[in-house]
Amino acid sequence: MVRFLLSKLLYLVPTFLGITIVAFSFVRILPGDPVLLMAGERGVSPERHAELSAQLGFDKPIVMQYFDFLGRLLQGDLGNSLVTKRPVLDEFLALFPATLELGLCAILIATLIGVPVGVLAAIKRGSWFDQVSMTSALVGFSMPIFWWGLLLIIFFSGFLGWTPVSGRISLMYYFPEGTGFMLIDSLMSGQDGAFASAVSHLILPSIVLATIPLAVIARQTRSAMLEVMGEDYVRTARAKGMPSRRVIGVHALRNAMIPVVTTIGLQIGVLIAGAILTETIFSWPGIGKWMIDSISRRDYPVVQSGLLLIAGLVMLVNLLVDLTYGLINPRIRAS
Amino acid sequence: MSDTVQLSSSAIRRQMLAEFWFYFRQNRGAVAGLVIFVLLVLTAILAPVLAPHDPTTQYRDAFLLPPVWQEGGRAEFLLGTDAVGRDMLSRLIFGAQYSLFIGIVVVAIALVGGVIIGLIAGFFGGWVDSVIMRVMDVILAFPSLLLALVLVAVLGPGLTNAMIAIAIVYQPHFARLTRAAVMGEMRREYVTAARVAGAGNLRLMFKTILPNCLGPLIVQATLSFSSAVLDSAALGFLGMGAQPPAPEWGTMLAEAREFILRAWWVVTLPGLAILVSVLAINMMGDGLRDALDPKLKRS
Repeated sequence: MVRFLLSKLLYLVPTFLGITIVAFSFVRILPGDPVLLMAGERGVSPERHAELSAQLGFDKPIVMQYFDFLGRLLQGDLGNSLVTKRPVLDEFLALFPATLELGLCAILIATLIGVPVGVLAAIKRGSWFDQVSMTSALVGFSMPIFWWGLLLIIFFSGFLGWTPVSGRISLMYYFPEGTGFMLIDSLMSGQDGAFASAVSHLILPSIVLATIPLAVIARQTRSAMLEVMGEDYVRTARAKGMPSRRVIGVHALRNAMIPVVTTIGLQIGVLIAGAILTETIFSWPGIGKWMIDSISRRDYPVVQSGLLLIAGLVMLVNLLVDLTYGLINPRIRAS
Repeated sequence: MSDTVQLSSSAIRRQMLAEFWFYFRQNRGAVAGLVIFVLLVLTAILAPVLAPHDPTTQYRDAFLLPPVWQEGGRAEFLLGTDAVGRDMLSRLIFGAQYSLFIGIVVVAIALVGGVIIGLIAGFFGGWVDSVIMRVMDVILAFPSLLLALVLVAVLGPGLTNAMIAIAIVYQPHFARLTRAAVMGEMRREYVTAARVAGAGNLRLMFKTILPNCLGPLIVQATLSFSSAVLDSAALGFLGMGAQPPAPEWGTMLAEAREFILRAWWVVTLPGLAILVSVLAINMMGDGLRDALDPKLKRS
């Protein structure tokens, strides 16, 4: 297992270096003067330009600039935002819990509904349940989620008036930020109605973000189950007279879960792409909205480092998925 | 002699097509998807004939008119008008041109680029393969929409740049698929036979191996087509894709956002158009996969 872990880690090094090169080159291929873009100033005198250039290290050869960039990165220095002047890493860490909370809720909804639906659809293959659920899954998979979010707002916020339109919690409540997770913080604050308010803000964005992963997980679970249920050991278990529930629950489901776990893990990229849209629609103060705002404000240090942080995160989660995969399927480890 | 060869090869082709259609037809959803898709293509081609109005003409006496069946609707604007008095139906019809065009261009660029890269990686193997595949891994490490957004920020907002960005993001999927298929085919005897017969590398790559790797690529192309329609609409929605007043569905949604609680039709209809198109293409993709994947055929 240690060898497996090490080989996986070693494999990540070139990819990570590649990601840093992409982020590094990003500012340099933007149209315009990279010095002014990164300093957020324009129309400066030649002296000021030289000063900024030296300050940002743009006067060195490009290879040196890259190694400086890499060195600062390893020390946790990701530059400062042009707009807020705060370190990018601080901003990221402050906003990340909001996205994490949203993402976790979404993946929870997607898994808790998707897996049972997929299993049931596989068991009752060809039934009306199978047809309805798989048709719905295909619709969910094809859903433009930015539009889906607007529809839910029209119906639940506009027509029924059940949920708020934007934000994480009603402005009525104020409490110091503890964990950064609004559900936990509001519960700990002990204020009446704070938790309910946090839930009502979270529910629609979570459903929107869960839609595509839910569809993918349901479809994947169904096909994995169907494949496993045709295997010899399942037939043997049935032939031994084992109750159907046990055959499905123990023999089939456990083996079918291997590809499903991977699918769930691989949804992280989908979730972040979805978070950009979901957070924009619901004015959810997370990293997706932060990236979009930074792109439109031309806050390039944030875009550069944000890109790096998000790609690093995706890479890390994919590594975890690989490791889980190795853990539940010993055959992978050996190869 | 040559006559018989030609006859038999066309007969084989016909039989393959018949077999494909036999399996494709079994998936009723796929056939429905195909029908909707053909209608969509016809709508796009015949848009100037079908649309009752010009998609960018603003009727100053008709701001935010509801569809004809609702109170206040007018017969000349069947699906109502938007906030600056443009006919919704005409804009939706012309929007089909955008979506199909985007899908075709994105898939064409990603497919050609990915196939060439994948062929080179799979055919030559060794360090060439390692380098190419690490680069593909890097592209895949970024969430697709985010990378496309950043690329558009570099290239500047607009439809052409959005399409290029999405194609770059999709290209590794084709490269990986092609590489895997090529590596599988390389071991086959017919490839060795062709090599011994004196076929050059280019001939081996494109004429001998590639035609045998097409199945999964066609399925991936269909899936990418629908994703391209979705992602370009998302970019349009975020203001980074097609720019107003283009009647692109995502851009239309972005313009309609502030009216969501007042005028349901300006929000509902463009999104419905996106959903139906993407759904139709995905249903077709499912059918193609069933028909082209030999593993599924047996079961």
